[in-house]
Amino acid sequence: MLDKNGIAQRIAKEVKDGYYVNLGIGIPTLVANFVRDDIQVEFQSENGVLGMGPFPFEGEEDADLINAGKQTITTLPGASFFDSALSFSMIRGQHVDLTILGAMEVADNGDIANWKIPGKMVKGMGGAMDLVASAENIIVAMMHTNKAGQSKLLKQCTLPLTGVGCVRKVVTNLAVLEVTDDGFLLLERAPGVSVDEIRKATLGRLVVPDTVPEMQL
Amino acid sequence: MIHKEVANAKEALQGVASGMTFMLGGFGLCGIPENAISELVRLGVKDLTCISNNAGVDDFGLGLLLQGRQVRKMVSSYVGENDEFERQMLSGELEVELTPQGTLAEKCRAAQAGIPAFYTPAGFGTEVAEGKETREFNGKMYVMEQAFRADFSFVKAWKGDTAGNLIFKGTARNFNPVMCGAAAITVAEVEELLPAGSLDPNQIHIPGIFVQRIFEGTGYEKRIEQRTVRKRPGSNG
Repeated sequence: MLDKNGIAQRIAKEVKDGYYVNLGIGIPTLVANFVRDDIQVEFQSENGVLGMGPFPFEGEEDADLINAGKQTITTLPGASFFDSALSFSMIRGQHVDLTILGAMEVADNGDIANWKIPGKMVKGMGGAMDLVASAENIIVAMMHTNKAGQSKLLKQCTLPLTGVGCVRKVVTNLAVLEVTDDGFLLLERAPGVSVDEIRKATLGRLVVPDTVPEMQL
Repeated sequence: MIHKEVANAKEALQGVASGMTFMLGGFGLCGIPENAISELVRLGVKDLTCISNNAGVDDFGLGLLLQGRQVRKMVSSYVGENDEFERQMLSGELEVELTPQGTLAEKCRAAQAGIPAFYTPAGFGTEVAEGKETREFNGKMYVMEQAFRADFSFVKAWKGDTAGNLIFKGTARNFNPVMCGAAAITVAEVEELLPAGSLDPNQIHIPGIFVQRIFEGTGYEKRIEQRTVRKRPGSNG
């Protein structure tokens, strides 16, 4: 079974040379730490920066330089700044190659819910609705089950939707799954995790091929 | 009007009244119009509708207006960093219209550009699209969203000149440029106000035509919400 860093490490393998990538808050942010050194990638943050670098050294934080999670950041050579409308022109206009974001629930038809628990938690959708409605290539990074042990991979989302039929791939602590017309296609198992464990933790339709390889990290 | 320079926030906010709708630039606490917010607190105007991506934190930014119960309605995309906000929202004291971030930006830009409405894929099939016109273009579904209408825009820039031209710094740019000229009156506060002619016309982000009043702000705190750092290579501990 993977931890959050393990999920990020597996997703980093989906990041290809030359990509523009938008990383959501949480596990997706960790992906940047695992991207191979020998490829070139530019990270976009929807608050208005392309070419985001690592966190600053202590004492070099700049209040005017943050990412969408409001964390202090740096920029890399070739970086640019822009306003919020232009930022979402990049996103809606499908100029970003890969979007990685977290979720509370994903349905086996690609629906995603990640912005609201009615009556309990309402933080808002931020840029998530724009991202999922526009991006061609969306990977969800999340734990397979919630804190109560309930599956987050469902037949139908129970929470208010963020977007419909938009998720292509899900990477969890247990598995890599692709969203197909027949449901979640099990592509890979996390190290030491059996197909049976994945089956038990998945409420949505699960398609299991004859052989399911273990993830290579 | 090409005469824009005013002395301070007090002068810049002449005409502000209870019940008005304001746009406020900033992302989190980055690039917020600190001087205008302080003046709104001092004026004590109430029943405000505030269009702003976020709602500040409990004791800074728009959180100051929320503490004084000055806000009737917030239009934002993300409000996760403010406990008082969440309390007022869940108790029904505060009306909240959560709007996807790109839609929020485009509703500002549309107002700035004189476009009454536009179609976006964001929110289709979700509760954000409820009651709104939807339409298919090239096999994909879109939601019609309308431009904002506001009385004042309060924006913050890094440098400005007496002609109202603005230059922003880093990610403090965010919503500020798209709110310029998107309300009846745009008030720009800048860290440094220079005589017209001091800024290179090639480097101007927002031309002065979109700004009605400009002043040099004072006492910027520029708080950092999430201070994240890494260790220097070779440093101990």
